Amino acid sequence: METKKKENGFLVKLGNLCRNQIFIPIAALLILAIFNLIADPSFYAIKLSYNANGSPVLMGNLITILDYGSELAILAIGMTLVTAASGGQDISVGATIAIAGSVILRVLCGTESQPTSLHAPIIVAFLVACVVSMLFGAFNGALVAYFKIQPMVATLILFTAGRSIAAWINNNQLPVISEECSPTFGIFGNYIPGIPIPTPFFIAVACIVVIFLVLKFTNLGLYTQAVGINSKSSRLNGLNPEFIKFISFVILGLCVAVAGLIKVSRLNTINYSVVAKDIEMDAILAVALGGNALSGGKFNMTASILGAYVIQFLTTTLYKMQVQASALPAYKAIVVILLVVLSAPKVREWLGKLWKKLRPASMKEVA
Amino acid sequence: MKENAVLEMKNIHKRFPGVLALQGVDFTLCEGEIHALMGENGAGKSTLIKVLTGVYEKNEGQIFLKGLHKEAAIHSPQDAQKLGISTVYQEITLCPNLTVAENMYIGRGTGVAQNWKKMNEEADKILQSLDIPARANQQLSTCSIAIQQMVAIARAVDMDCKVLILDEPTSSLDEQEVEKLFGLMRDLKARGVGIIFVTHFLDQVYEVCDKITVLRDGKLVGEYEIKDLPRVQLVSKMLGKELDDLSDIKDKSLVYEKKEGAVSVYEAKGLQSTAGIKPFDFHIDKGEVNGFTGLLGSGRSECVRAIFGADRVIAGEAKKSGKTVKITKPIQAMKNGIAYLPEDRKVDGIIGDLSVRENIILATQVLKGFFKPFSKAEQMKFADEYIKLLEIKTASTETPIKSLSGGNQQKVILARWLLTHPEYLILDEPTRGIDVGTKIEIQKLVLKLASEGMSVTFISSETDEMLRTCSRLVVMRDRKVVGELTGSDLTQSKIMETIAGGSEETQSKITETIAGGSKENGN
Repeated sequence: METKKKENGFLVKLGNLCRNQIFIPIAALLILAIFNLIADPSFYAIKLSYNANGSPVLMGNLITILDYGSELAILAIGMTLVTAASGGQDISVGATIAIAGSVILRVLCGTESQPTSLHAPIIVAFLVACVVSMLFGAFNGALVAYFKIQPMVATLILFTAGRSIAAWINNNQLPVISEECSPTFGIFGNYIPGIPIPTPFFIAVACIVVIFLVLKFTNLGLYTQAVGINSKSSRLNGLNPEFIKFISFVILGLCVAVAGLIKVSRLNTINYSVVAKDIEMDAILAVALGGNALSGGKFNMTASILGAYVIQFLTTTLYKMQVQASALPAYKAIVVILLVVLSAPKVREWLGKLWKKLRPASMKEVA
Repeated sequence: MKENAVLEMKNIHKRFPGVLALQGVDFTLCEGEIHALMGENGAGKSTLIKVLTGVYEKNEGQIFLKGLHKEAAIHSPQDAQKLGISTVYQEITLCPNLTVAENMYIGRGTGVAQNWKKMNEEADKILQSLDIPARANQQLSTCSIAIQQMVAIARAVDMDCKVLILDEPTSSLDEQEVEKLFGLMRDLKARGVGIIFVTHFLDQVYEVCDKITVLRDGKLVGEYEIKDLPRVQLVSKMLGKELDDLSDIKDKSLVYEKKEGAVSVYEAKGLQSTAGIKPFDFHIDKGEVNGFTGLLGSGRSECVRAIFGADRVIAGEAKKSGKTVKITKPIQAMKNGIAYLPEDRKVDGIIGDLSVRENIILATQVLKGFFKPFSKAEQMKFADEYIKLLEIKTASTETPIKSLSGGNQQKVILARWLLTHPEYLILDEPTRGIDVGTKIEIQKLVLKLASEGMSVTFISSETDEMLRTCSRLVVMRDRKVVGELTGSDLTQSKIMETIAGGSEETQSKITETIAGGSKENGN
C-alpha cells in the first residue's frame, strides 16, 4: 500500500509537470537528445584541441549549440518581454542587429576599411551601439504603444529599412578588424585565451543572470504580465500600460546590441544583407517553444531561454544530418507546425482527455 | 419521466480539479413553466446550465428530454441546440453590425444561396408574432439592449426550442425593459415553452416564475412552488442559514453627522471629464457613506471615474483634505488615498490569467514602487489574510482569478483595494451580478469601514441597497447633478421624484435617456 501511494505521488507529480509550461521545451529537448543518441552517439563527443593561437578550446556539437544558441537566448529574453507586454512580436531584430554591428564597426574603424589601430575603445563602441539600438527599439515601441499600431506592422518598417541603414552607416564598405589591429575584438565571438569554452556562452549567462535579478528585484514581470493580460484594468491599478509596452521594446533593443557585438566579433567584419538573417523568426520560435502565448500575457522566461537552445540544438542536429542550409527552414517549419498544433486549445483539451483515460484508475480517486 | 415534463436531469455530478461543483442534482422542467434556478455564487447554477447546454460534460447522471425515449447525449452546444435547448446569456452574443434578420438566421442556412427577401419577411413575421418592436432589416446595434435580448430570444424560439434558458438576462436592463422582457416570457410560456430563468433579483422571480429550484454548494436544496416559498425563506434556503432581517443592517449605522468645521476628505469643484458629463461639484467627509443615483446612463459612473482620473479630466479642481491636488491619472488618485472598484469587473477589474494572490497585491505593489517588490512570503500573507477576511472561495492563492465565480472575483478586487488602506473608497456597482448573501456582506462591510473612519462612495442600480447604506445621495439626470438628498428625504419616492424632476417635459426626456443610456451600456 505504501509503495503504491508513493507511485501515485510520482505519477501525480509527473502529471503536474506535463501541465507545466516548461514541460514543452524540456520534452522537445529530450526528443532531440534521444534522436541523436540513436542516430549517432558520436554527436555528443567533445574533444579538447588547440586553436591557431595555441590556446585550448573544446570542440563538439554540444559546444556549438552553447556557442551559437547564445545570441538566440539573449534575443529570446527581450522577445519574451515584448510578446508578453504587447501581445505581438518584433520582426526587425535581425535588421537592427545589422545596424548595431555596423555602428560598432563605424566607431572602431572610423572611415577606414582596414584600420591598423582602433579609433576608440571597444567598450565605447559597444555603448554607442547600445544607445542606437535602444533608440530603434524606442521607435518600434512608440509606434506600438502610443500609436497603437500592430507590433508586426510597426516593426515591418525597420525590418525593411534596417539593413540599408546599416550599410549606409559605413558608406556601404565592409570594414575588417584584423587580429593585428585588435587582438581583443575577436574575443566576444570566439574564445578568451586560455579558456576553452566559447565567450558568447558567458555573455549569454551574464544576460540571463541580469534578467533574472531584474525579475526578482523589480516588478517588471508582474507589470508586463498584467498589462499584457488586461491593459485597461492595469491602468486603473495605477500602471502606465503604454510606457510598459514601450520599455519592453527598449529592453529588446539592448538585447539586440549585445547580440550585434557577438555577431561582428565572430566574423571580425559584417555582411549587411546576411548577418543575423531570419534570426527574428528563431527568436519568436524560441518564445513559442517555451510555451508562451504569442498573444501576450503570462510568460515563463526560463522556458523561453531553454527554447532558444532547443532551436539551436535542432539546427545543429539538422546540419549534422547533412541537411543543406537552404533546406533548414523547411525542417524548422515542421517543428513550428507541430508546436502551433500542440498549443492549440482544441488539441490540449483532447490531450487532457486522453491523459485522463490513460492514467491509472487509482489516480482518479486521488484527483 | 413526469407527465408534462420537457426536461429531466437526474443525479447530475460534475467534478473540477479539487472541487465537486455538482453533487447529485435533480432538475425537472415542465411545459409552459417559468422555473427559477436560484443559489448563491458558486452554488452550481452556471455549472448546471453549462452541463445542460453541452459546454461542460457531466461526470455522472442522466438527462431526459420530452419526445426522446432514451437518454439525451449532449456533448457540445450544437448537440444541445439540435435537441431544442437554447440559451440567451447576460452578455448579448449576437453580431451588432448585422441586421436583426441576419442575426436571427445566421448559421442556419443549409444551401449556399440565401433568399434575403424571404428571410426578412419571415423574420418580420416572427418579430410581429412575439410583439418585438424591431424591424428585420434594422441594424442590431441600433436597437436597445432589451430589444437585442429579445431578438436573441426570438432566434432561439424560431429554432424550435423546447427549453429556453435565460441566464441573467435582466442585469443590464432598466425596469421598463424588464417589463417588456417579462411580457415576452409570459407569451412564450403560453405557447408551451419551458423556461429556465437565472437571476439575482428576487422581485423578478416572484413576478414571473412558477417554480423555484434552489441549489447550495453544488447540492439540490429543493424544488418549490412559488406560492409555498415566501421570500425570506427563499433567501435562508439559498444561504443555508436564517437571514438576519435585511433592514437590520440599517439600525444605528446612519448616525453619521458632519462634525462642525471638519474638512472634507475629498472635494471637487466643476470637475469634468472626456466622458461627457456636465461639470459637477462633490464632497465627502471622513466616515461618510454617500452615493450617486440616477437612471442608466445618467452619468453616475462617469462622475466617480472623473474623481479617480479613470477618464481624462479636462476641467475643474480637486481637493484632498483641504489641499489642492492634481488627479488626472489613476496612479495620482491612488497616491492620494483614493481607491476605485470599477463597474465592469471583467473589463476593468480582474487580470484574468493572474492568480488570486497577484490580483490582490497588484494595486498595493504599484503604490509601493517598481523597485520594491513584496517578497513571496509577504504576498502570501496579504492574500491569505484577505481571503479569510472576505471569505473568498478559492481553491488556493495561486488559482487564476478567472476561474472564480463572479462574486468571489468581486471580493478579490475589493480585497485589492482594501489592502491599499484607502481613505476614500469608491465602489461602482460592487453588488452587480452577485448573490444576495454576498450583497449583504458587502453592504455590511461598507458600513463597518465607514464606522472605522473610511469615506465610501457607493453606487448601485438597486435603490434600496443605496438607501440602506448611504447617508447622502447625489441624484443625476442627463449627465448632470440635479439634486442631493439627505436625512428624511432618503426615500424611494423622493429619489424617483428628483430623478423625474416633476414636469412632463422632463418625463419624456427620461424616456429618451433610457433609450440612449441602454445603448451605451450595451457594450
